[in-house]
Amino acid sequence: MLKAILTEQQVALSIKRLAHQVMENHLQLQDTVIIGMQPRGIYVSDRIVDELKQLVAPAKIKYGKLDITFYRDDVRKELKLANKTDISFSIENKQVVIIDDVLWTGRTIRAALDALLDFGRPKKVELCVLVDRRFSRELPIQADYVGRAIDTFPQQKVIVKWKEKDGIDEVVLV
Amino acid sequence: MALSTQHLLGIKDLKPEDIQLILSTAQQFKEVLQRPVKKVPSLRDVTIVNLFFENSTRTRMSFELAERRLSADTLNFTASASSVAKGETLLDTVNNILSMKVDMVVMRHSASGAPHFLAKHIPAAIVNAGDGINEHPTQALLDAFSMQERTGKLEGLKVAIIGDIMHSRVALSNIYLLGKMGAEVMIAGPPTLIPKYITEALDVRVTYNVKEALQWCDVANVLRIQLERQNQPLFSSLREYNLAYGISRRLLESLDKEIVIMHPGPINRGVELDSDVADGPHSIILHQVENGVAVRMAVLYLLANREN
Repeated sequence: MLKAILTEQQVALSIKRLAHQVMENHLQLQDTVIIGMQPRGIYVSDRIVDELKQLVAPAKIKYGKLDITFYRDDVRKELKLANKTDISFSIENKQVVIIDDVLWTGRTIRAALDALLDFGRPKKVELCVLVDRRFSRELPIQADYVGRAIDTFPQQKVIVKWKEKDGIDEVVLV
Repeated sequence: MALSTQHLLGIKDLKPEDIQLILSTAQQFKEVLQRPVKKVPSLRDVTIVNLFFENSTRTRMSFELAERRLSADTLNFTASASSVAKGETLLDTVNNILSMKVDMVVMRHSASGAPHFLAKHIPAAIVNAGDGINEHPTQALLDAFSMQERTGKLEGLKVAIIGDIMHSRVALSNIYLLGKMGAEVMIAGPPTLIPKYITEALDVRVTYNVKEALQWCDVANVLRIQLERQNQPLFSSLREYNLAYGISRRLLESLDKEIVIMHPGPINRGVELDSDVADGPHSIILHQVENGVAVRMAVLYLLANREN
């Protein structure tokens, strides 16, 4: 059973909206940094950053990528390949917006917070996700900016497809 | 994705995919080492013992640092300050340590094959930190990592290994690794320090003329003359060795190309390598040491996460 959650057009609109919502809270993005989560959150963050570039001077946007493989709480269960972390600026006293594709148990974001603190002490950390699987959290973590909130069963899977990789932009529930 | 092996006993047992996995994981750890907090919690629940039955500065400190950067608990063991001096066997020593709930063993031993013997008798994961004149796998891995970092590739790279090949575990591990990754290897040094049937046993070229090797290669890995392993004179004097096989700045300048100079340390300055070469712009010796920590982190991380 395949159920569409977001169509191509909805993905585009959601991303545009998320970019504007981030802008609304971080005028001029002066003390704000954007952190995309490796590996799959990068597709969302790349597009949000593209939208932000329409709104402020691109040189003002501080955009990094974070891989949390070494911070996972389940490393001993399954070995995942580490991806590149690229944060070439200081996050000390900055407002950080973490961007990921799907928020589910909250464990990835827990690891991301730990990893982030190893780069400095941010003033504030916010979370922006394309899809929020509500009521399935295993840790007290919630998102500040949500593309689409959905209710799911634990055995269901949310699949996010991207043009660059899968030939189409869409989100489906399996 | 996981290593095909449970221990790192030698490069000989690794598949090219294993080597690739270690090198690419090391790349990510190298980035970790640039952070303000140069540490990750991956091996918080792992205890590692460093068993050094033979002297070492670099390797031992590098392993220790790698373990701590991964948040592992570490124990250190030096043969001279232990019950080995009272006659305890290797297996007894290790079994006693393991009964204190140790998960991994990093071992250096003067007997070739010592870690292979241990691997057959104990349940912990073993990392060979150098066994006699057999292998020194993490050195070969960090050498490969450094070569790749400097030149951008391993496949098709021409590497000259120069000096005391006979007594060098670094040479053997490097030859295995470079062969598996598609690099070409030339061995150079005095005939007395090159094993007789090496061209039949391994896929390498041999020359007794150092200049010829330097002219051929992209990277020269210069080895230490291991006086402590020679029980008979294999060349007449250190000075003569330097004149015939040592690498001087003048020799490098006489080549019609730029090559990269590597050395696993410790350097005998003025013997196999002159100071102005060791400290010169062609040398990546200190990068090798820096990369050693990231590569060892990758090895420990991948081995620890292999067992469930």
